[in-house]
Formats: sequence, structure tokens, C-alpha cells
Amino acid sequence: MAANQLAIEVSDLRKSYGDLDAVRGIDFRVRQGEIYGLLGPNGAGKTSTVEILEGYRRRTSGEVRVLGFDPNDRPRELRARVGIVLQNSGIYNHVKVAEVVAHFAHFYPHPRDVDEVIELAGLSEKRDERARHLSGGQRRRLDLALALIGDPELIFLDEPTTGFDPAARRSAWQAIRSLRDLGKTVLLTTHYLDEAQELADRVAIIKGGRILAEGSPAELGVGGGSRYRIAYANGNGEPIVVQTDNPTSVLHELTAAAIARGEQLRSLSVTRPSLEDVYLELTADA
Amino acid sequence: MPNSASLLWRQYRFERHLFWRNPSAAFFNFLLPLIFLALFGAIVQGHQNELDVIVPGIAGMSVMATTFTALAYNLTFLREQGVLKRIRGTPLPSGIYLAGLALNAVTNAAIQIAIVVLAGRLFFNLGWPAQPATLVVFVVAGVGCFALLGVALAHAIPNFDSAPAVINGVFVPVILVSGVFFDVKHVPGFLRDIAQALPLEPLINGLTGGLVHAHGGLSRHLTALAVIGLWALVGVVLATRGFSWEARRG
Repeated sequence: MAANQLAIEVSDLRKSYGDLDAVRGIDFRVRQGEIYGLLGPNGAGKTSTVEILEGYRRRTSGEVRVLGFDPNDRPRELRARVGIVLQNSGIYNHVKVAEVVAHFAHFYPHPRDVDEVIELAGLSEKRDERARHLSGGQRRRLDLALALIGDPELIFLDEPTTGFDPAARRSAWQAIRSLRDLGKTVLLTTHYLDEAQELADRVAIIKGGRILAEGSPAELGVGGGSRYRIAYANGNGEPIVVQTDNPTSVLHELTAAAIARGEQLRSLSVTRPSLEDVYLELTADA
Repeated sequence: MPNSASLLWRQYRFERHLFWRNPSAAFFNFLLPLIFLALFGAIVQGHQNELDVIVPGIAGMSVMATTFTALAYNLTFLREQGVLKRIRGTPLPSGIYLAGLALNAVTNAAIQIAIVVLAGRLFFNLGWPAQPATLVVFVVAGVGCFALLGVALAHAIPNFDSAPAVINGVFVPVILVSGVFFDVKHVPGFLRDIAQALPLEPLINGLTGGLVHAHGGLSRHLTALAVIGLWALVGVVLATRGFSWEARRG
């Protein structure tokens, strides 16, 4: 498949449940090989959007293409080329890790090697463990293994690390990054800013069923309308914060004045607006 | 793409494997009809007429337990756990997945019928099935009908916590009224009418012919077969309409 081809194309997607408009006109494109993040608070419309792309829900209106297919038709070929990690989906209690991964491999025309996938998901030590004896984080990794066994081109990860402890999140992030190295396309939803910042090539901030901003985490940080933040402690030790679009001249004035008074600017820091600032600004209830 | 026949075979073997993986569940599944047979065999000891009623009754109950009860329970569990939704996202065709589940239940029904027939032969002086053809026809019809009704009932169960109550709320009255433990001829007319309109009494009627009465043949049980057929139609409609792959939200 050509490198410039789009893995996902969404235009003016809308989804209503009765009177509730969960998705209200969303447009975005995900390129092959990209990790694309949908970032937003709970109830923003992330899961509705992803489940339409996965073929679980029917859209109310709009155009959607996933690997060139309309997911509404749930074509088997499409299902063979995507891997899905749902927000919460169980597995048979009494099945062993390696058994269920090997069983799922038979569903696909060109599966990956079972042990390789178990290794990639970080479950090698648990390969003969029954699913019911796995911890929450290990079950989530089994979800990932089952999504990867068919060697999909496109992987949907719906809040893949919700409920993880910090160490488990780090190792899950490592596994997701390794997907990019394999050339996979990933659509990730998350309500964790650091996760989006850490993993995504591009991020759409979504709230109330609309995309409020889109770009790389770095672009969103500087171009999102947020200002630089300069913090220091004055002569009495009181913390002062200055927000500015022009940090160079503000700093110059501050430091010149301090030198003229023969003072130090203690605890001086300049922070670039982060994705977090943009996110909080955009998603704040106005 | 992998072909359907090999997918179905693998899915079926996987379900069998998982069934035996939980040995206590499997053991009690097959022990239950034996316990009932032993208990009622002891109670009515020496009264062959009553044994002739109870053995087919327990065979009918076994068919209902292994298909209707087991499928309603399993599907509710798999739906609530998200297994159904996960499978739905893979290229495994949904029909093949469900057929695997159903064939697993059918296998258990066949094993239980075999156990009941053997026990009847060995311990209750029943002889080998009097009309094997009638027996096979009714086992097949009963298994199909109750499997469909079990899938249909799964839709009516809102969540897994309520599954045992809902399923037993249907199963227990039906086995009591349908003459599993007594001859339906001896109950009040209105109860008998209800029993005969439900699918289990006709099934037991046919199984009685197959297991006990050498005379008559299948033609004596055509009304019973028709009632089972009608319930199977109801089952098809209810099972396919509103089949839900996902747990209800909220």
C-alpha cells in the first residue's frame, strides 16, 4: 500500500443516541504508519467515534473510510486487517494465555507467530497462566496480544492504560511505541495528557462531540493560543506568575530591574505552554 | 481467509476444551441427571410404571438443562464479560462462533441422553430404546428447539447477576408442570393443558415413545412433534431478533 495513503478518513461524522448528540460533526485523517491520538474527557465522544470506525456502531451521518472500506458493512477482510483493543472486554476465565492467542491466530489469513506476540505483549512469563489468574494490567496486555495476533495494519486502542499503575503504563507505552517501529497505524483514545504527549504523532482534542484542536503535541503546545508562563519569587519570597506571548522582552525587563535593585530572581522558571495547558484551556467549562 | 468448515471444527474443539477445563462444572453437569435417576429410582423402586415415566422425564429435563439453561447462562456471561463483542471484532464469522457454542451444548445433550439410556438399561430394567428412530427424531427436535429458546431467553436477561433467577424461574416451573417426575395424565386438566402447550411435555411424550413403548412408532407423536416445531419457530424469531453482542450500558 502506498505510503501516502490514508488509513482512516472521517468527514462530518455524526452520531446521535435519541436526543443525545454524542458526535457532532468530526473530521480527521490518519496517515499510514502514524499514531493518532483522540484526547478528551470522559463522555467527549471518543469511544462513540472509535466504535463507529471499528464497525460496532452505525453512524447517524457522515463519511467514514477505514483502510478503504466502509466499516458499517463490517467486511471480513477489514476485520482481518485491523486489531481492536476495547475499553473493557473479557476473555474466557479458564483459558491459558498461549492457548487463546493460538486459537485467535486461526481466525486470520496471515497470523503472526504466537510466542513472538506473547513476547511483544510482555506476557512470556505468563504464557501458561489461566486468564482468571492474571492481574488487571496483564489482562490488558492479553487484550493487546489478541489484537496483534492477526498482524493487523491498523490497531485501535481505546484507553489502553486506564487503571494501570505507573510502571505498567510505562511498559504498555513501550509496547505501543514498538508498534510504530513495525510500521503499524494506531488510533489511540485516551484521557491522559501525558499518554497523548508521549505516544501520539498527532492529537485531536475532542470535547462535546467536536474536535477543538488538532496537531502534533508540540504544535498544539505553542500554537494553541496559550502563553508562556514566567514564575519567580520576589524580594519578600512571594511567588509571582506572569503570563505572556513575548517571554523574551518580559524576561529582559524583569532581569534588568532585578539587577538594578541588586536582587536575585529566586526560583525563576520559564515554561512553554504544554499540551496540558492547551487541553485544560480548551476543555474548561466555559 | 481460513475456510468455514475448519473454523467451525476448531471453534467447536475450543469450546469442548474449555468445557472440560473446568472439571467440577463438567462433572456436576453430568452428575445431575444421575442423581435424579438414583433418587427417584429409589423412591419408586419396584414400580415399573413409574420408572417408565421418570426415565424419559429425566431425559427430557437433561435436554432442556444442557441446551436451554446452559446457552442462556453462557451467552449472558459471555455478553456481560465482553467476549461476544471481542469475537465480533475479529474476522471469525459470527454464525460460526455461535454454531460452535450450540454444537458444544448439543454434545452435552447427547452425552446426557446416553447416560440416561445406559442407566435405564443397567439399573431400571428399561431395556434398550424401544424405537431408536423416534428417540433420535425427538432428541434432535428437542435439542434444536431448546437451544433456540435458550438463545432467545438470553436477550431477556438484563445482566449476569440476574441470570440464575430468570433461568430457574423458567426452568423449574416448566420441569415441574411438564411431568418430569410424574405422569401428566394425573394432574388437573388446566395444568395439563398448559404443560401440553409448552415444549417440554411434548418432548417427554416423544422420548417416552422412543425409550419405553415398542408399539405405535413416530406417527403416534406427530402432534407433540408439531408443538416442538412451533416453539422452535418462536425460538428462531426471538433468537435472531435483537441478538445483542454487547452488555447493556448503565
